[in-house]
Amino acid sequence: MQYFINVTLTGLTEGMVYAAFALALVLIWRSTRIVNFAQGSMAAATTFIALALIQNGQSYWIALIVALASGFVLGAVVERVVIRPVEGGPELNAVIVALGLFVAIQAAIAIIFGSSFQSFPTPFGLEGFQVGDNRIALTPTSVYVIGAVLVVMGLLVALFRFTRVGLAMRASAFGQEVARLLGVKVGRMLTLGWALAAVVGSLAGLLIAGGEFVYPAYMDSLIVFGFVAAILGGLDSPVGAIVGGLVLGLALSYVSGYIERGSALVNVAALVILMVVLLVRPGGIFASSTARRA
Amino acid sequence: MSEPRPHGSTAVTAPAGTATEPALLEIEDLTSSYGPVRALDGVSLSAQAGRITAVLGANGAGKTTLLRTISGLVRCSSGRVVLGGEDITSAPVEAMVGKGMAHVPEGRGVIAELTVDENLRVGSLFRGKIGRDEFDRIYDLFPRIAERRDSPAHVLSGGERQMLVVGRALLAKPRILLLDEPSLGLAPRIVAQIFGLLRQLVDNEGLSVLLVEQNARSALSVADVGVVLNLGRVVVTDSARALMGDEDLRHAYLGF
Repeated sequence: MQYFINVTLTGLTEGMVYAAFALALVLIWRSTRIVNFAQGSMAAATTFIALALIQNGQSYWIALIVALASGFVLGAVVERVVIRPVEGGPELNAVIVALGLFVAIQAAIAIIFGSSFQSFPTPFGLEGFQVGDNRIALTPTSVYVIGAVLVVMGLLVALFRFTRVGLAMRASAFGQEVARLLGVKVGRMLTLGWALAAVVGSLAGLLIAGGEFVYPAYMDSLIVFGFVAAILGGLDSPVGAIVGGLVLGLALSYVSGYIERGSALVNVAALVILMVVLLVRPGGIFASSTARRA
Repeated sequence: MSEPRPHGSTAVTAPAGTATEPALLEIEDLTSSYGPVRALDGVSLSAQAGRITAVLGANGAGKTTLLRTISGLVRCSSGRVVLGGEDITSAPVEAMVGKGMAHVPEGRGVIAELTVDENLRVGSLFRGKIGRDEFDRIYDLFPRIAERRDSPAHVLSGGERQMLVVGRALLAKPRILLLDEPSLGLAPRIVAQIFGLLRQLVDNEGLSVLLVEQNARSALSVADVGVVLNLGRVVVTDSARALMGDEDLRHAYLGF
């Protein structure tokens, strides 16, 4: 029983990070219909900026804020400079551009920061809390990870629900032409959407890096997991992305915890889940596309 | 703004250039193409303030392209669009509503994912914060959508959607409303209701409307002036009553 709880807690923590990354993908997909394959590289870039600051003696928190801010700028610049020119063209163009960007940013990280493994600190401990006589798999770091993702999601929900900018962003995402006719500066809203998505993606990158080693391609597996989580949730639905992330985190944690040598099967398991979802419910668990077409 | 004229008056709008007062919206020699296909071929027309001007014609006559070119969604290759004396031919689409032109596109343009109330709020975004009473006024005009203000817009019926987009456009306080096929797919009773309301707003509140319709009979019953478009050119411009009375023209271009 205790083992089951521990495996579950690990899964939830990991799932929260997948959820954040999936949310970043969904934010971009639903506004511009592009799967941003460069999301992982962009997040890795901002994580390395944070690492450089920390290595130069800055506190973790300053590094975190600077990294998220540079994620915002990077997202905006990528949309304006790289994506905007191919928007409205054949869909494949944007995908190829995003893939190219993925490789280019990763190469740039290696050139600037080197390609060796470097350890990334975490502001909180990695030792599990004591419950009675047992240590559980919930660590101060995992509490921080879950809390940080929840706070950011709460802020995003508040932005989209309760602010005029949020309403303008949703209108731009769901009815570009109508929004323009109603005077919404759609271009600006799309840039803002990419910028916010890059902030969320960067947060996922920073959280997964905490207490681990980072190298230019350290986000690659998170791209796969984040993508699977986003598909699980329907790619269109922010709530779906979060639930998809948690479901995937739990599933992968059970695979690695209960199957002999399961940790080697995690990547395969993610792909199997992806295939099953695509076969059984291609629209994802939370597909809103039926409502959209109505 | 001129005194609203009672519906059914037979006076014909003077041709552009000789009018004693300039029209609210002047379209001069507008030409635009989709690739090699010339959709508008030198279209000139004017919409007077406080009037309903109906643009009629068969499918493919260029009616929708005309509205899309006026609001800048399609860029014209030559010609001018002048609103209240200001040349807005090359103004960005996003700026049009601020200049007093609200375009309700074909297919209505309800944002299905947003609630009814959110749809309305999008229409007022560019004006900054506006009073709740302005929303209440729209809901008073369209009680049917008021009942559903917190429902997602995709649950609305066709008629309710049309009411929502007209209400949303009205919230922008336009000088002129551009409506693309508002009757499409609606029951005659609903069409009459919506056209009747437009007539009221024009007569009582000085709204001006440029209406594009394939349903010529309904459109002429509410409009002051009719413009018949065929293959991208203006065939005739006359009072709605005169067009109604011209049997040959009706048979040739309006299909009734």
